[in-house]
Amino acid sequence: MLHETSPLAIAIFAAFVAGVLWLSFRLGRKGQSAEGYYAAHGQVHWFVNGVAFAGDYLSAASFLGICGLIAFYGYDGFLYSIGFLAGWVVALFVIAEPIKALGKFTFADALDSRFDSRGIKLAVAISTLVVSVFYLIPQMVGAGALVTPLLGLPHWAGVILVGVAVTFIVVTAGMVSTTWVQFIKGSLLVFFCGVLTLLILNRGLVVNAGRPGPPDFTPQTRSIRPDGQVLIDGEPQSAEHDLRPVGTLASLPERYAGEGKTGPLGPLAYLATLEDSTVVTWRRETTRDDDGTHDVFTPRERPAAELLRPGGYFKGLAGGSLIARLDFASLMLALFCGTASLPHILIRYYTVKDAAAARKSTVVGIATIGIFYVLTLYLGLGAMTSGFLDPTNSNMAAPLLAKSFSNTLFAVISAIAFTTVLGTVSGLIMAGSGAVAHDLVENVAGVQMTDHEKVRVGKLAAVGLGIVAMALGILFKGFNVGFLVGWAFNIAASANLPALVMLLFWPRTTKQGITAAVTVGMTASLAWILLSADTFEKVYGISRDLAPMPFSQPGLVTIPLGFLVLVVVSLLTPAPRHR
Amino acid sequence: MSQQQDSTQGSVSVNRVGLALFGVYVLLYGGFMALVLAGPDLLATRVFGGVNLAIACGLGLIVAAVVLSVVYILARASHDRPGRS
Repeated sequence: MLHETSPLAIAIFAAFVAGVLWLSFRLGRKGQSAEGYYAAHGQVHWFVNGVAFAGDYLSAASFLGICGLIAFYGYDGFLYSIGFLAGWVVALFVIAEPIKALGKFTFADALDSRFDSRGIKLAVAISTLVVSVFYLIPQMVGAGALVTPLLGLPHWAGVILVGVAVTFIVVTAGMVSTTWVQFIKGSLLVFFCGVLTLLILNRGLVVNAGRPGPPDFTPQTRSIRPDGQVLIDGEPQSAEHDLRPVGTLASLPERYAGEGKTGPLGPLAYLATLEDSTVVTWRRETTRDDDGTHDVFTPRERPAAELLRPGGYFKGLAGGSLIARLDFASLMLALFCGTASLPHILIRYYTVKDAAAARKSTVVGIATIGIFYVLTLYLGLGAMTSGFLDPTNSNMAAPLLAKSFSNTLFAVISAIAFTTVLGTVSGLIMAGSGAVAHDLVENVAGVQMTDHEKVRVGKLAAVGLGIVAMALGILFKGFNVGFLVGWAFNIAASANLPALVMLLFWPRTTKQGITAAVTVGMTASLAWILLSADTFEKVYGISRDLAPMPFSQPGLVTIPLGFLVLVVVSLLTPAPRHR
Repeated sequence: MSQQQDSTQGSVSVNRVGLALFGVYVLLYGGFMALVLAGPDLLATRVFGGVNLAIACGLGLIVAAVVLSVVYILARASHDRPGRS
């Protein structure tokens, strides 16, 4: 779909992003001039740090991806919310405090704390890089999805915009500002999603989004020709001749018959009333021939109750397919284990002064993130019936939902989401460049560097990572960002969790065991993803039937594989002599 | 060395409270996933205020995570009070 731009929306967006960047630089400079880069972290109040946890964690995947999945497929998107939050339980109860007791500050240092092994440093640095890159892809794709409806720019322009802005931030500003910027973003994101939810409940449910007459069930066709030209129903795409927005309510329960709308509803009444209604969704069929790629979007009326239970996105669940169930179980296991294995989340645990403050801030983080994930259900369902969805791109559901209320709200929501992407991407590029400069070049390769050289290598690595992230962000345009981040969780959980858990709870763990577990977990999960049906179909553009892997999410196999490799290799190598 | 032993002891007691609560959550999360895998039709049952079991379980799991984490810091706070670090 083509999207009209509004000067007011652009002005609000630009002002918001400029404000956050200004704040970031100002705090960054202040942090550097005070008692140093990292010392300032110890002074952060636990409540501020807790909300910053939420700001850090609620990336484009949570906001754009989950809302889009719920709007397009119903309840299954909410399963991501449940899994993403459950991961924090593992982080708080099992991993975080013992790791803090080891008294280390980075993930690689923690795993290596008892051994001083070059093999562990190398394996962990590479796994940090791989996880960071896979986490970067959905952020960049999300950035592209945001600027398309807001600024009227193509997807690639949004990706480049974020890539350049973030690389600029990382190269010029400091890390200390991140906590405050994430605090502000976290608060604003939850606050404005709360406002949106109140507006959704206040609007209630409206048949055909308040448009006159019944919903239009005419199929629509979008063709993309080999030369890139886009045709809608056989004619060139233009503002006058474009895809109709989709996603409406077809009918309400009988008690509202004749009125066409419910008026304001309470949170539970909204869900219960929707369950008794019918909605218009659409089936998308894609074919390819010499004239290009053709997508036919066929609207169809369905009971909303079908969409408010599992099985809309994970198709085989209701049909009883074993492979589909394994794929689903694998994803939910990866989400559960992944959060506690993400290097940039673990590092954040060290930013407050003591264990009690760290615990309290984690709980504030969990509460904030929990509230947000409850809101995602209403945002997604609100978008599903808003009459404003772009059937070609699920990532735009949340911004377009805001647009269904007002352009100002749309600009504010887009700006918050955009700065969320900026912050998350900056953090990931920082973590990745640190892995290159500190772990790979200095510790593994043994290159002695002055402070100045370390900074320069880190900045060069940041620029390199920025370019890689931009390229991948353009390549993965058509993917839902929530789905993409699931891959990052799979790799993180497979590579890092076995080593982390066994190091903490099994004294017989050896350095060779850790190195092997990280290497095998990472390689196996990465190879599985690259050979999966989803990648075959959506990335390589070849038939998914040719893919050798039985299902797309590797965690169910590769997480236990990591544990097995660690135990076997540890038992085959001499026991460590510590303790 | 004694400092290291202190911190190790601290982490062991943390693990006992944390692991117990973790066990509770694994049962809740695992139980829900088993329900999704084994009986998706059951999840369509209306249970609470006209809301179906799928949504009630999902919201319940989110609330449970928050409640258990609050229980955890309260337990840890009372553990810290006798003067242990």
